[in-house]
Amino acid sequence: MKVANILSALALMLFTSVQVFGNTESEQAEKFNPTETIMEHIKDAHYWHFFDKKDAEGNLHPVAMPLPVIVYANNQLDVFMSSKFEHGHATVTCGTNQYILHHEKIYLANQYGQMEFDEAGNPTNVAALDFSITKNVASMMLSAVLLLLIFVGSARAYEKHGQVPTGLRGFTEPLILFVKEDIAEPNLGKNADRFLPYLLTVFFFIWINNMLGLLPASANLTGNIAVTFTLSFITMILTNVFASKHYWIEKFSMPGVPWWLQPVMTVVEFIGVISKPFALMIRLFANISAGHIIVLSLISLIFIFQTVFIAPVSIAFVLFMDVLELLVAALQAYIFTMLSALFIGLAVNMGAEHEH
Amino acid sequence: MDLVTPAVGLIFWTVLIFLILVFLLYKFAWGPILGMVNKRTKSIEDALNAAEIARKEMANLKAENDQVLKEARIERDKILNEARELKEKIIAESQEKAKAESQKIIDQALALIENEKRAAINELKNEVATLSVEIAEKVLGKELADKQSQSALIDDLLKQSKL
Repeated sequence: MKVANILSALALMLFTSVQVFGNTESEQAEKFNPTETIMEHIKDAHYWHFFDKKDAEGNLHPVAMPLPVIVYANNQLDVFMSSKFEHGHATVTCGTNQYILHHEKIYLANQYGQMEFDEAGNPTNVAALDFSITKNVASMMLSAVLLLLIFVGSARAYEKHGQVPTGLRGFTEPLILFVKEDIAEPNLGKNADRFLPYLLTVFFFIWINNMLGLLPASANLTGNIAVTFTLSFITMILTNVFASKHYWIEKFSMPGVPWWLQPVMTVVEFIGVISKPFALMIRLFANISAGHIIVLSLISLIFIFQTVFIAPVSIAFVLFMDVLELLVAALQAYIFTMLSALFIGLAVNMGAEHEH
Repeated sequence: MDLVTPAVGLIFWTVLIFLILVFLLYKFAWGPILGMVNKRTKSIEDALNAAEIARKEMANLKAENDQVLKEARIERDKILNEARELKEKIIAESQEKAKAESQKIIDQALALIENEKRAAINELKNEVATLSVEIAEKVLGKELADKQSQSALIDDLLKQSKL
């Protein structure tokens, strides 16, 4: 997404510089709003947007891949391509439902086929239940296919080329063993094998999506709260479903705590049950999004200053940030997996050390 | 606020895709890969154990060889000693025998010499007797001539008959 921005920035820069040097034609129409641009890039979208093209009249046309829209409203499920919205310029009518795409959210139009806003400018229309294959979903599917290709390919290679890890396996096997021996086994002990498939999948899923997020025109998947919420929710479920009985006993009668303090401790313990995965969710979301925001802000400098001379500085900083983000991509995947293993391990193995 | 509000649709798709991904990867990637890695770990362990056993067997074999060699050496020494003793015995025996033989030869020689001596003495005696008789005859033939010449004759005769 960031590098995408560099490309679209370069493309845009050409036009803007033409504007700057060759006298402006529509200055007020092209007023650059960095916050809006950055937020648009951070958030999910119903198009896979690549870049904007300017036609002969000076109007910007987005070059984007339309994605399937799946909406449910008024007991009616509608499926159509997002190109029907014409980038939010058109309403889509399906039977009795009329949909409007407003700031990447799909609303039902009012009886006049329009959006309604309250005094604060927030839409008052009913939002449709949106199950669209958005940019993030498409990117997630792509990453799933990549993961399957890489790791099923690695697994096949063991059957075809023997047990010595050559080729692709020279890369994948040490990583798999790293997750097994340095993340799962120290935290989960003898229970490591039960949770290893989840830990391996979550590690490589986060890592590959973090890295895909750095590619041009890609989605900000792991910087999306819904995705990090889902992953941390799965960790929470695993933690509590597979917890040992001591884990629950300690929730209600912690040893060494006076009886009158126990209700307070129980409340605190249950806050802990929520806050641990909550921290996982926020950490991944904030780290990845923050990285994207920094890179986008650096690129935005070019457009804020409206000069091409700031570009080398921006590009140097963005390059630095991208390399840093590459490190963060691996680091955040490691931290998420590590803490998941730690939380699950604490719950599953609690009391095991008293038994022998 | 949109940024931190999880979208229901995305949650739905994440759950669906992620769970399918966990299942597929477990079935076709993690399972086979970890199985193969465990198998390999085990085969390496087995190979190391086998090498250890082979090493021990080699050590045993070497010890056995050493033992056999040591016994062979003792046996050899024993045989050599016996041979040496036998040799010495044979030499001593033959020396003894030779000694006895030579003694016997000497004895025989001595006996022969004795016999010869005796025979010689007898012969001498006979000779002496014959000589005496001859002398006596000659003496008796020439008697009376003179006393002086008589004794000279005797001396002469005695000189002639010197043995």
